[in-house]
Amino acid sequence: MNRFRFTRKQLAIPYMVFLLLFVVMPLLVIIYFAFTNGDGQFTIANLITFFTNANTMGTLVYSAAVSVVSTLTCLLLAYPAAYILARGPWKHKSVLMMIFVLPMWINFTLRITALKEMLSVLEENLAYYPFWNTVIGMTYDFLPFMILPIYSTLVKLDDSLLEAAADLGAAPWQIFLKVTLPLSVPGIVSGVMMVFLPSMTNYVVLDMLYNSTYIMGSLIGSYFSADDWHNGSMIALILLTIIFTVSVVAGRYEDENMGNRGGALL
Amino acid sequence: MKKGISCIFLILMLLFLYVPVIILAVYSFTDAANIGVIHGFSLENYKYLFTSPELLSMIGGTLLLAVGSAVLATVLGTIGAIGAFYAKTRTGNCVNVVNQVPVVNADVVTGFSICILLIVVMGVDKDSYIPLVIGHVVLSAPFVYLSVMPKLKQMDNSIYEAALDLGATPAQALFKVLVPLLMPGILSGFVMAVTLSLDDYFISTYTKPATFDTISTYVVNATKGSQTDVKTALWALSTLIFLMVIALVVFMNLSSNKDVARGKEGRRSDKI
Repeated sequence: MNRFRFTRKQLAIPYMVFLLLFVVMPLLVIIYFAFTNGDGQFTIANLITFFTNANTMGTLVYSAAVSVVSTLTCLLLAYPAAYILARGPWKHKSVLMMIFVLPMWINFTLRITALKEMLSVLEENLAYYPFWNTVIGMTYDFLPFMILPIYSTLVKLDDSLLEAAADLGAAPWQIFLKVTLPLSVPGIVSGVMMVFLPSMTNYVVLDMLYNSTYIMGSLIGSYFSADDWHNGSMIALILLTIIFTVSVVAGRYEDENMGNRGGALL
Repeated sequence: MKKGISCIFLILMLLFLYVPVIILAVYSFTDAANIGVIHGFSLENYKYLFTSPELLSMIGGTLLLAVGSAVLATVLGTIGAIGAFYAKTRTGNCVNVVNQVPVVNADVVTGFSICILLIVVMGVDKDSYIPLVIGHVVLSAPFVYLSVMPKLKQMDNSIYEAALDLGATPAQALFKVLVPLLMPGILSGFVMAVTLSLDDYFISTYTKPATFDTISTYVVNATKGSQTDVKTALWALSTLIFLMVIALVVFMNLSSNKDVARGKEGRRSDKI
């Protein structure tokens, strides 16, 4: 019998073809476009342009500044919140947590619209503090994504470790610094990843808050509008490099079985 | 005392997260064109929202795209996960790694790269909606895959074998045994796919036909424009979505379907 026999493995084939065509191929095309010019000839001019042009380098620096400050702000707000939620005497922790993450189900452009309307009343003119408005916008947008992973590591924390530390004579602040904080590093790393990378690329937040300065994502947007596929691809490639470097480095500090279940507790 | 400070901190955080949305909700029921001035009660914004053909077709299009791409993503992601789970270890690992690429990648890069491949290189017409749908499936299928995979790992493999021994064909065993067992994971993947598509801005901008708008792209364009009635009608839309999200969350907590409740939170957590 040479008949076709169905096995479960074969189900992987359509998905593999799909990934190959629409995930791997686009990346290869990006690399090809990044290193060629309009005539299809190999060139590193796009790379040189990026690293020698004062504007694009300025964008990289500004982008990094927005990301770092937004991430720190998120962390400083999210850690205490997650700590209080996870370690506090609450009866319905998961319901409380749900209230904190509920806003992220609302379309982010509508949420930023709401923030913009409020900020423009408070500040009269959004143009006075473009940088800080952007930081507020990113924080507003991404805060739940920082709270969630920190909360999930803290809520799993073994109480007996804290009791042991207390029995061995550690003061509460020592317990926090030497036991709780180190054990919550995987959550912090996940949270930082979820805020740091999007704040380099989510240029819609800047656009909507009338900050006309570029971040890395805006460069892709502007090359796209100008049909400049080659320089656009170079920016995409640089972003890809940053993203994958950060992911690989961060991956080492992350809890092995954290990956999939940040939200599992809800 | 300590509990008091904790409570105040949490309340301040909730105010930060909710006040903008709530202010917008309150003003959506007035005839004010700007926040700040107190005006009379009015349902004008809601009337505009539900009678403007432009807004209605935009909302309809967004929903259709979200559901359509989510169905495709759910089918692809589910069979992908089943196949990869039972494939040779090396093949399975390969699929796992490539599946992670769109999850970790920035949406701007994903959207731009799909635009270059499909529209610039292959010359697919944007107006055919094909790049847009493919883009959204690329965005969400990996999350379906990630939510089905743990269910496969938890599952007792002998159930499938038993079905075969009892005379089921492999296809019957798949649809009558395997798929029902994986249903919670498949459903939560589907919900995730819908929310991802609804929230997406970047992939849509780079792949959509010029005349088509999703809620996100429409809102961003509207902020740049100066049409007051559209602007305030969007406040009404934001309020409706806010209320629907609350209703959905309450409903899910009541029906205690934890797997669906994971929906969106999974998204960024899965990004790692």
